[in-house]
Amino acid sequence: MGKVLMKGNEVIAEAAVHAGCKYFFGYPITPQSELVAYMARRLPEVGGLFLQAESEVAAINMVYGAAGTGVRVMTSSSSPGFSLKQEGISYLVGAELPALIVNVVRGGPGLGNIQPAQSDYFQVTKGGGHGDYHTPVLAPSTLQEIIDLTEAAFDIADQYRTPVILLGDGMLGQMMEPVEFKELSEREPVQKEWATTGTRGDGKPRIISSLELNADALEKKNELLQKKFAMIKQNEVRYETFEIEDADYIVTAYGTAARIAMNAINKARKDGLKIGMIRPITLWPFPEQPFIETRDRVKGYLSVEMSAGQMVEDVRLAVEGRAPVSFFGRTGGVVPTQEEIYDQIVKLAGGVEV
Amino acid sequence: MTMKTVFEKTSGLTENQTHYCPGCTHGIIHRMVGEVLEEMGILEDTVGVASVGCSVLSYEYFNCDMTQAAHGRAPAVATGIKRVLPDRFVFTYQGDGDLASIGIAEAVHAAARGENITVIFVNNAIYGMTGGQMAPTTLIGQKTATTPFGRNASIQGLPIRVSEMLSTLDGTAYIERVSTHDVPNIIKAKKAIRKAFETQKQGLGFSMVEVLSSCPTNWGLDPNESLDWIKDNMVPAYPLGVYKEVPKGADR
Repeated sequence: MGKVLMKGNEVIAEAAVHAGCKYFFGYPITPQSELVAYMARRLPEVGGLFLQAESEVAAINMVYGAAGTGVRVMTSSSSPGFSLKQEGISYLVGAELPALIVNVVRGGPGLGNIQPAQSDYFQVTKGGGHGDYHTPVLAPSTLQEIIDLTEAAFDIADQYRTPVILLGDGMLGQMMEPVEFKELSEREPVQKEWATTGTRGDGKPRIISSLELNADALEKKNELLQKKFAMIKQNEVRYETFEIEDADYIVTAYGTAARIAMNAINKARKDGLKIGMIRPITLWPFPEQPFIETRDRVKGYLSVEMSAGQMVEDVRLAVEGRAPVSFFGRTGGVVPTQEEIYDQIVKLAGGVEV
Repeated sequence: MTMKTVFEKTSGLTENQTHYCPGCTHGIIHRMVGEVLEEMGILEDTVGVASVGCSVLSYEYFNCDMTQAAHGRAPAVATGIKRVLPDRFVFTYQGDGDLASIGIAEAVHAAARGENITVIFVNNAIYGMTGGQMAPTTLIGQKTATTPFGRNASIQGLPIRVSEMLSTLDGTAYIERVSTHDVPNIIKAKKAIRKAFETQKQGLGFSMVEVLSSCPTNWGLDPNESLDWIKDNMVPAYPLGVYKEVPKGADR
């Protein structure tokens, strides 16, 4: 197909279409509105449907209804809107329905601003809504990676019957890069025997529900959900490492922060510092393994985030106190610069020889 | 000697025993919906959406595919289903707390969009499942757990007349309010439910039947008194009748 120059939000939308998603229910919010607008234009072209809901709450519940019929369906939002979707996400998990939910994160708390941030990490990785649950979270750092991860997100959703979150930020949503899509092919829809489409001679009616009034039965259901989460933890961890083999210090960052940190690391390497990088691609399940493998031989880790320090908690859990873990972050929609991160690396390494 | 069957259980309902309180008219309303689905021959093409409240378990009772929705969100869930499966019949079964309070936005906007779904709106002027608190439809002066001195308009505001309100929207195709307090009204109610599903069949848009219903437990009345209370107190506040009817073949 060749490369095309596209905006991040539109790449997510087109990637979803390529992954066989034909149904989108959403509500406009900056900085992800281009995604909604793109779907409004694009989905009718592939025989799909775009519907602008009256609110984020309604949108996620429309997704719930559509997901129950067995189709690939998605919604997208940004932080304040994503908070409103938490009710529906908890129900999707409880009723075991697959769907893709995109969160293009902006500065908070509250209305915050419309600048890029990573301050929804806790919300997306620790459940977010009520009840004991996790949702898989995929965090691309380039627009090309968005294409692969959007498709992977739908596959994971279908395989495990779970909502999956694709986590971006305002920078990824708004930036433009050349990307290449594979040819759009007609995908065979995944057969979903549990879908409520009218019994049509199938016999016994099917029920989609997250309600279980009996405590013992609900505990059993929770145990099954936890088993599913354990399977996802075992099978779906994704991450990328860069020169961690000889590293004295390892920087860890995801998404936009990882891109900028990478430039700082390259500069530090040129200056003779042995710095590596661990880039989590799945934020839940969190990639503990590269930390376990390195924690007894490195001098320390630096978590770089566009937040006040959220992922750093998972890094500390993975490191288990065997090496110092430090943190650098900017908040409120401020994007850390390459120079700032470089300075932090140099400080951590005790300076560079000049 | 062979006997002729003159009356039997509708196939529109499952064999499950319902959990409703004695004297509650949910059972009658369930039965009417089940009979209509059976008589129209559309049980196998129907997906129902259960709400939250007393009817939360209705997915156990209707003999068709069912989805359980969050508090008030049934019209949004139904929208999602119907937009994917426009040739299936989709209905929601919601109480007054669910539809008129927490889910009023979803109900208004599904109606405004003219979603081709059917809403069965059961109005008993009180929250049943949660223990008899005030609903948006609680009458002025009515005592509930959260209006222990009677609903006072200056404090708790005035009741919402949902049928009247939704019938002002261009997207609604058929809206009727019926009651369950005696047999003639129950017969009318079933006709209205049938008409609502026929409206959906014709693709005319949003249809809703508001059914005045009893709550002996939370009203503190016996079943017969409850039926009288519907007739004497609810019907005057919520007049029965057709509020909206778009003619068949209307340009929608």
